[in-house]
Amino acid sequence: MNGPQKKIGALIVDDEELARHVVREFLTAHAEIEILAECANGFEAVKAFAEHKPELIFLDVQMPKLTGFDVLELIGDDVSVIFTTAYDQYAMRAFEVHAVDYLLKPISKQRFEEALEHAKRRLGDKMPSAQKLADAARPPQQFLERLVVKDGTRVTLIPTAKLDYIEAQDDYVALASQGKKHLKQQTIASLEACLDPKCFVRIHRSYIVNLERVVRIEPYGKDSRLAILSEGARLPVSRAGYARLQSLLDERK
Amino acid sequence: MHPMFTRGRLSLYLLAWFPLTATSVYVLASRGGLGWWRATAIAVPVFLFYAFLCLAAWYPCRATPLGKVSFTRLLLTHLLAAVFMSFVWTQFGALISYLALSPEQFEAMKRQFGPQVNAIGTIGILIYLLSVAFHYVLIAMEESRRAETQANEARVLARDAELKALKAQVNPHFLFNSLNSISALTSVDPAKAREMCILLSEFLRMTLGLGEKSVIPLSEELALLDRFLAIEKVRFGVRLRVEENIQEESKTLLVPPLVLQPLVENAVVHGIANLPEGGVVRIVSHWQDGRLFMTIENSFDSEATTVRRNGMGLLNVRKRLEGRYGTDASLRVDSQADQFRVELSMPAETGETHK
Repeated sequence: MNGPQKKIGALIVDDEELARHVVREFLTAHAEIEILAECANGFEAVKAFAEHKPELIFLDVQMPKLTGFDVLELIGDDVSVIFTTAYDQYAMRAFEVHAVDYLLKPISKQRFEEALEHAKRRLGDKMPSAQKLADAARPPQQFLERLVVKDGTRVTLIPTAKLDYIEAQDDYVALASQGKKHLKQQTIASLEACLDPKCFVRIHRSYIVNLERVVRIEPYGKDSRLAILSEGARLPVSRAGYARLQSLLDERK
Repeated sequence: MHPMFTRGRLSLYLLAWFPLTATSVYVLASRGGLGWWRATAIAVPVFLFYAFLCLAAWYPCRATPLGKVSFTRLLLTHLLAAVFMSFVWTQFGALISYLALSPEQFEAMKRQFGPQVNAIGTIGILIYLLSVAFHYVLIAMEESRRAETQANEARVLARDAELKALKAQVNPHFLFNSLNSISALTSVDPAKAREMCILLSEFLRMTLGLGEKSVIPLSEELALLDRFLAIEKVRFGVRLRVEENIQEESKTLLVPPLVLQPLVENAVVHGIANLPEGGVVRIVSHWQDGRLFMTIENSFDSEATTVRRNGMGLLNVRKRLEGRYGTDASLRVDSQADQFRVELSMPAETGETHK
């Protein structure tokens, strides 16, 4: 087809073949949209995004390993996303709070058209941060159990239990886990809020430590201390950080 | 806390001591030659004192429960306590008399009752032993009441779990996802869409009918699983593979309804759905030595830490087994490497379906 204007490139991401089929079928009526790729999981989606640079993504929320929120977090906010989901009260609340368009399965043709129109109008607008979406979609009283990190197109999942410590580096955080450091674009304060405070302590303006890894605390100069970790790292502990550490250790006894 | 220390019980207990006290007032007044006032002034505190001493029998009674300790130990414990209590009591009696009477009267009392001190002591021992018996009865009563409340609570819990299980049955996720599959199939493969509608209605109809039954033949539960898995297979395609190893004889045995379904649903939702390449759900049942063994096994991603929003399944099944079979049934969960396994073991029931 030779449309007068440039086509809008789209990705369809869903782990169920039939669910992708519905979206594909609805899109056949729209010549202005070109399906660049279909992806059966989050990893494929991250890869396809880097490869095709689509402007629009139909993104399932519940998928193996990487959820739709994880995918959005990894690909950034320079894309219009229409989420698709079956009933999920938390996800729906997140969409509503952040005015992201979403389609409930089974997807109705009419609702699909509305969402598509909406997305086309807003093409090029920034999406709300995936972080905020994911935070809102987390059931209350639950903390992150794993973090997703992207290095090029390689996606790594780090269970929080395997984190040794977290170091702030400007707009990034370095996640130290099993002898490696992974960079992630997030502030240390927002990450701290998502971690279980019974396991992770902010011992310093720039450091969060996994309590399980702390072997001992040594005095270091006047007023400050060093935390020695089981894999050998030595991290500065501020006075406030030391107080937090101690109250947590007291609680555990 | 001593079970007698409630206002109603305590006054009844003291009332029971009244005849004894009255008799001794009479004896003291007539045989001891004391006035009614003096006799009362001695007898009442002495018996009141003993009434409270006898309540102490509760502690040794509790420490030596009937049927749990040897008879010799029981006899020895209570006899020793009885002799001791009686001794304390007689000494207390002497003290009160000494305080209440003039020296001449006290001497007269000694002459009158002195030779009978052994008899009085024996009465004290007997009264104490009576109190021991009384406390054993009390303990038995308390225990049976507690057992009854516990049984009631267990029943309510089991019933509760059952209702929840039935309600949770038609998981909204499952329903919406199936409907989405049907909606996709209507254009790709209308015949398949119709088949799926039928599978889904059969599944729903079966779960609805199960509410009133306390047990069903295993074959019915398996038929329900067939529908459920057929529907999920349409959704997950080749990602969901099912292996069944069902011993023919086990099919007629009775099981609580929906004892396997939540486990199989977990296997799909928390196991297969988290694996991009999918995996196998294995269902095994066999009958041996009067017991029914069932196993649900599935591949799972041990690193997946997706939130288990529906982790009630296991708990539910466990509670319902407990409600019906008590400690005679067991549910064991075993997760190794990439295999998750739930093993059920319960008495093999045959006979009436409706109970």
